Amino acid sequence: MTPALRVFFVGGRISYRALFNWISPGIYVTTMLGSPLFQILFFTYLGRYAGGRNDDFFIVGNAVQVSAMAGIYGMVMGIANERQYGTLSPLLATPANRLAVFAGRGLPFIVNGLAVSAFGFAASWALLDFSPDPEVLPALALVVTITVVSCTALGALIGSIGLRARDVFFAANLVYFLMLLFCGVNVDVSDLPGWMEAVGTAIPLTHGIQAARQIVDGASLGDVAELVATEAAIGAAYGVAAYGLFRLFEAEGRRRASLETY
Amino acid sequence: MLRLLGIGWLFHLKNLTNSLFFVLISVLQPVIFATIAFFMFRAGDRTGGLLYAALGAGLMGIWSSTLFGSGGAIQWQRWQGTLEIVVAAPARFLWVMLPLTVSTATIGLYSIVATLFWGRVFFGVPLDFEHPWLFALALPVTVLSLGLLGLVLASTFVLYRQASAFSNLLEYPIWLVTGLLVPLSLLPGWVEPLSWVLAPTWGMEAVRNAALGGEVWPGVGMCVLLGAIYLALGALLLQNFEHLARRRATLSLT
Repeated sequence: MTPALRVFFVGGRISYRALFNWISPGIYVTTMLGSPLFQILFFTYLGRYAGGRNDDFFIVGNAVQVSAMAGIYGMVMGIANERQYGTLSPLLATPANRLAVFAGRGLPFIVNGLAVSAFGFAASWALLDFSPDPEVLPALALVVTITVVSCTALGALIGSIGLRARDVFFAANLVYFLMLLFCGVNVDVSDLPGWMEAVGTAIPLTHGIQAARQIVDGASLGDVAELVATEAAIGAAYGVAAYGLFRLFEAEGRRRASLETY
Repeated sequence: MLRLLGIGWLFHLKNLTNSLFFVLISVLQPVIFATIAFFMFRAGDRTGGLLYAALGAGLMGIWSSTLFGSGGAIQWQRWQGTLEIVVAAPARFLWVMLPLTVSTATIGLYSIVATLFWGRVFFGVPLDFEHPWLFALALPVTVLSLGLLGLVLASTFVLYRQASAFSNLLEYPIWLVTGLLVPLSLLPGWVEPLSWVLAPTWGMEAVRNAALGGEVWPGVGMCVLLGAIYLALGALLLQNFEHLARRRATLSLT
């Protein structure tokens, strides 16, 4: 294994394990499984009361959106905590490949996000009679995977900003809640005002949710190829921007000797 | 004692108001949820329910600020190193904690103001309350009952090492089972008895009926009754916590 690959896999795993809050079973279950489950239940029942859409609309929207919890909060903690806990300087003093350091942190959260989303769909099957055709599951898994990667890129962008900003966790919370509003999770983006629809189409999750809904309704992967490609392209753009900011703030921090100052 | 309660309440209210996290959960989060509900109701042709949604989202904010504020109240005192001081103070620990938990519910009033203002300005929600004076009574009674429920949360969650994770878990379920946005009649039958012992259920009923029409006093009465029960239970649990912490010398241990 090359040093860069070792940093990518081993470094990413260690960084994930260091977030002990997430791997303590009790904490993991309450935060990463319990909260998403009740979010799905809440919005599905609210959707039944509001009318106009069937349960699947809300189940798919929320089951995909909850995967962003790992991608956004995890990546923000994975990057910004280095500064908060005083380990950023030693990390950046190493000659390790920066792209491997940076990208390696995202991998566990992508897997984590997929697990959360899969749990959301499984719980909806058990509790809300969500029963998609089994044949659509591979395509659904692919769409959710791309969406989770895309959301993790957004989390990486916020985390990178955390190398400079004072309170990035406020931004992470705010972005997570705004995604519920702007990304068509519970309200189709076409029902939103024009400017909100424009914002929604420029951020991760929106196209992924649309593709997932169409697949659950019976569309093939080819039918949603454009949506999936757009989601992937948006994720790639956020990923590049995140890495760019990471390197920029590293260089700025070195130049001003302000890596760990607030 | 009244001075202690009043000054303590004001101090914690100012303190919490300066926290970005509480601004998020008591102002921004309720406005976001109210907006989602407005759009959902609009898309589903339930346009008559916009005031219903604004009030529900506002009460959701009160519950969130109580849950996160009171649930972690003792833990925060520990982290700040003030727990030993307040326990050693001549005043009873109960009278020191009570204004803190009531203030966490009080900043939830920002939620109601924010969602009503937001709804009025951006969605044209009519603010024609059926019983404005009863609304003005129901709201503080609801806040007080939630603050007293917060006392129970504070004294219970302290036994759980990661209270914040437990708080995360309880946010949506209580929104759901107390009928803040979703009528209880839509939920499975076994949920309703659960809702009876939770003050937000009755507070929501009182506030909503005061605004939209209906009986207000039963809800207000139940808030008062449950508040008294929460106070007694909270006092007992806090006494037990203090006793155990002194005996085992674990007061400052997280």
